[in-house]
Amino acid sequence: MTKKILIADDEVNIVISLEFLMKREGFEVVIASDGEEAIAKILEEKPDLVLLDVMMPRKTGFEVCQEVRSNPELQDLKILMLTAKGRDTEVAKGMALGADEYMTKPFSTHELVERVKGLLGLAA
Amino acid sequence: MLSAGILFGVALLYLGLLFGVAYFGDRCAERGRSIADSPLVYSLSLAVYCTAWTYYGSVGRAASSGVGFLPVYLGPTLGMALAWLVLLRMVRISKAYRITSIADFIASRYGKSQLLGGAVSLIALVGTVPYIALQLKAVASSFNLLVANPDEHLGLLSDTALYTALLLALFSILFGTRHLDATERHEGMVTAIAFESIVKLCAFLAVGLYVTFVMYDGFGDIFSRVDGRPELASLMRLGGDGAMGYGSWFALTLLSMLSVIFLPRQFQMTVVENVNERHLRRAAWLFPAYLLLINLFVLPIALGGLLYFGDSGVDPDTFVLTLPLAGHLDALALLVFVGGLSAATGMVIVESIAVSTMVCNDLVMPLLLRRRGWAQGAGTDLSRLPLQIRRWSIAGILLLGYLYYRLAGEAYALVSIGLISFAAVAQFAPAMLGGMFWRGGSRSGALAGLAAGFAIWIYCLLLPSFAKSGWLGSDFLEFGPLAIGLLRPEQFLGLEGLDPISHALFWSLFFNIGCYLLFSFIFPPGAREASQASMYVDVMSRDPNSLAVFWRPGVGVGQLLPLVTRFLGAERAVAAFEAYARRRGVSKVEELAADADLVHFSETLLAGAIGGASAHVVVSSAVEAEPLGLDEVMDILDEASQVRAYSHQLEEKSRALEAATGELRAANERLKELDRLKDDFMSSVTHELRTPLTSIRAFSEMLRDDPRIELEQRRRFLGIIVAETERLTRLVNQVLDLAKIESGHAEWHNAEVDMVEVIRNAVDATGQLFAGKGISVDVSLPEQVSPLWADRDRLIQVMMNLLSNAAKFVGKSGGHVRVGLTESVGESLTVEVADNGPGILTNEQATVFEKFRQVGDMRAKPAGTGLGLPISRQIVEHFGGRMWVESVPGEGATFYFRLPLARSGG
Repeated sequence: MTKKILIADDEVNIVISLEFLMKREGFEVVIASDGEEAIAKILEEKPDLVLLDVMMPRKTGFEVCQEVRSNPELQDLKILMLTAKGRDTEVAKGMALGADEYMTKPFSTHELVERVKGLLGLAA
Repeated sequence: MLSAGILFGVALLYLGLLFGVAYFGDRCAERGRSIADSPLVYSLSLAVYCTAWTYYGSVGRAASSGVGFLPVYLGPTLGMALAWLVLLRMVRISKAYRITSIADFIASRYGKSQLLGGAVSLIALVGTVPYIALQLKAVASSFNLLVANPDEHLGLLSDTALYTALLLALFSILFGTRHLDATERHEGMVTAIAFESIVKLCAFLAVGLYVTFVMYDGFGDIFSRVDGRPELASLMRLGGDGAMGYGSWFALTLLSMLSVIFLPRQFQMTVVENVNERHLRRAAWLFPAYLLLINLFVLPIALGGLLYFGDSGVDPDTFVLTLPLAGHLDALALLVFVGGLSAATGMVIVESIAVSTMVCNDLVMPLLLRRRGWAQGAGTDLSRLPLQIRRWSIAGILLLGYLYYRLAGEAYALVSIGLISFAAVAQFAPAMLGGMFWRGGSRSGALAGLAAGFAIWIYCLLLPSFAKSGWLGSDFLEFGPLAIGLLRPEQFLGLEGLDPISHALFWSLFFNIGCYLLFSFIFPPGAREASQASMYVDVMSRDPNSLAVFWRPGVGVGQLLPLVTRFLGAERAVAAFEAYARRRGVSKVEELAADADLVHFSETLLAGAIGGASAHVVVSSAVEAEPLGLDEVMDILDEASQVRAYSHQLEEKSRALEAATGELRAANERLKELDRLKDDFMSSVTHELRTPLTSIRAFSEMLRDDPRIELEQRRRFLGIIVAETERLTRLVNQVLDLAKIESGHAEWHNAEVDMVEVIRNAVDATGQLFAGKGISVDVSLPEQVSPLWADRDRLIQVMMNLLSNAAKFVGKSGGHVRVGLTESVGESLTVEVADNGPGILTNEQATVFEKFRQVGDMRAKPAGTGLGLPISRQIVEHFGGRMWVESVPGEGATFYFRLPLARSGG
């Protein structure tokens, strides 16, 4: 069964690059450009994994993460947080709120794909 | 007529009786049944004021000037009534600070000054010796009068005055110096004096009754007889001039009023010997009552004598003796003799005790203490020394009195010495009264006043009395020294019409008070004096046991007890210290804390033995290991006040430090805040840099790794990479630009700028932007505006930023932007850029100017760095203007900036 991935980021160019990468790996892609849209898409589309940007308008990635983890129905959803703020406190905060992985922008595309596959149990 | 043997025997017997009374008084005191502790005894003891001089002399004075004898008694009566509170104050001060004499009283008040104590003692001594001589003379002449054959004295006792002097000295020594502590009361002596006061009163009343009712037929008889004798009748009237003018009345009343307070013997009896303050209240009327009684018959006796003897040449001074003799009443004459002897004895004993205390404590001890290390000399027991000095002083004073009597004989100097002595002690009044009521009185003032008053006294009274006795040429009396009329001693500075006593009293008090005030103002009290002054002035309200203000730390029982022991003896010293320890609630003397109170206690204890000034020097010496000179003591005091001033400065400095600390803390908070802002800024910059970098890296890797990507796709990806690189460049430039502006390192190329041209330029440059989005731009500018003084490129930067912002936010269809410029003549130009975009929420209008704060609906995130508005505002503010935004959400936003016009000539 094809895995579904939600890309949540407000930077258009980053969304384009991520969409390209994920589709090339054979995943189904859904897009959200702010935090509230991300929540809506998660509930609506039931993706397997979210590539979640932290600094988004309306709701930050942290808030989205927190909402997801407080919803029992969404416990299987994998969260890979992406942030341009590389401080250790940010990483710790994201992990504490229930993110499964955390990557700092700019990231290696290879590594990102590896991590996504790893989280989805698709060994390379 | 009586034989010399009988007279001598009676005199001895009487003195023996007095001795017995005194001994009895002492024994009663030792057994705790004090006789002296009674208002009656106290009041009677004050009658030591009535000496042999007044006993015999007031009749003489009444005989020559009638009622003119009265002021000498009127003064004390007024004094007791009016100065009662002054006396109470003196008693309280003396008890609190263990004052032993008038010299001690004055010296202690003015900073325990040895110099002042010595000066007062000297004046007292000079004033006292002739007075004692007068007593000896009175006794001797009354003795000679009564002896049947004056030439046939008992061979051995031919010099009556000498033996009287020796006897009285012995008596004074026996009863005046039995105890070391001069502040300890001499209860036996007081009892004896009270007794002798009764004796002299009875004797005088007896002779008065005899003259009035036996020789004559009562008062009426005498006065009616006088009325028949015109030369006597004038005695009954007041007024006239010279000796009995009103001026003299006033002067004599004042003089005797002062002397009843300040005579050394009166101070001794009233103040030092006072057992209970309440006795003073009773004495205030009992003593005047005594004076009234003893004066009741003065005038009748005088007039009776004048009527009886007529012009036969009998000395009126002897009427009290000669009238009984004339009536062949030997027993009455003998009683009168005993009364006179009694009056003389009382005066001599008390006066010599009082003056010997001063001589010892304020003249001899200071000289001994001046010898370095004397007070510390190891092992020497000095406890009997003050006693010895006092005994020798008594003997010395009486011998001096005798010597003076021998030298002066019948001369004027002796006869008039009573009032002259009064005038001498009156010099104490300004320093004493001023000291008790005026804090400002200083040691210099007291010294200057005493010196001036005493000098005038010598010049206007003593020297003239010598001249009148024939010991000096009398030219200077008549013509003044060097024939300068203004300096005539009895008409000093041209003051005429007063009798010599009043004249001298006026000038001496005038200069005394004048110098006291003047020098007190020029040399105000030092710290020590001020502390003593407040102890005196506030004595009625403060706790007498409260501390002296000054003490030196670090002196304990170890130093003080041995010191006190050397002057008081081991037994007394240890007993006193143990009692003190019990009072302080300490079980052992050794455990007493070394504090100011202990030093004060020791000094007060010593003061009782050797006087305040000497005690202070001794205690100071213990502290400093060697005796302190007065100068050194003063240095310490000055230092104390400097320390006070210094600590005041320290306080101020510490306040300043606190303020500085507060400022530093605030500055530190500010720095922390700035540091946090810097961190935030760095974090934001990092974020803004990473975002385009992310895209660039991702697309680059994808292009590199995937050769299958179609050409069209590749071109699109490469376009994104270029655009993101441009964004990155722009960001870096703006961050650097902002940093430069904020740090003040930006370059400004200022010149006259035409704002109309700037706006047109910016609109033209962004025209493509608007045209591409189909946005209409409406530019309405005045033809010409006043020039600005600014950097043209920077202003174009601001305009382009506002225009591109407007282009970003305005919707694609129906977008409209309006640019306007208005001039406020002579003041400023205002530019506005309005759009019809979504607008800015009221609560976000302030934050749009903050760095990296892009606001509004970010669905389609505007491509900006978030630094454009902050930089624009920095530029506008650099030129002294301001930038703001007005917006109604949903209807668009209008950005304004206003720049001040170039000032003419600026």
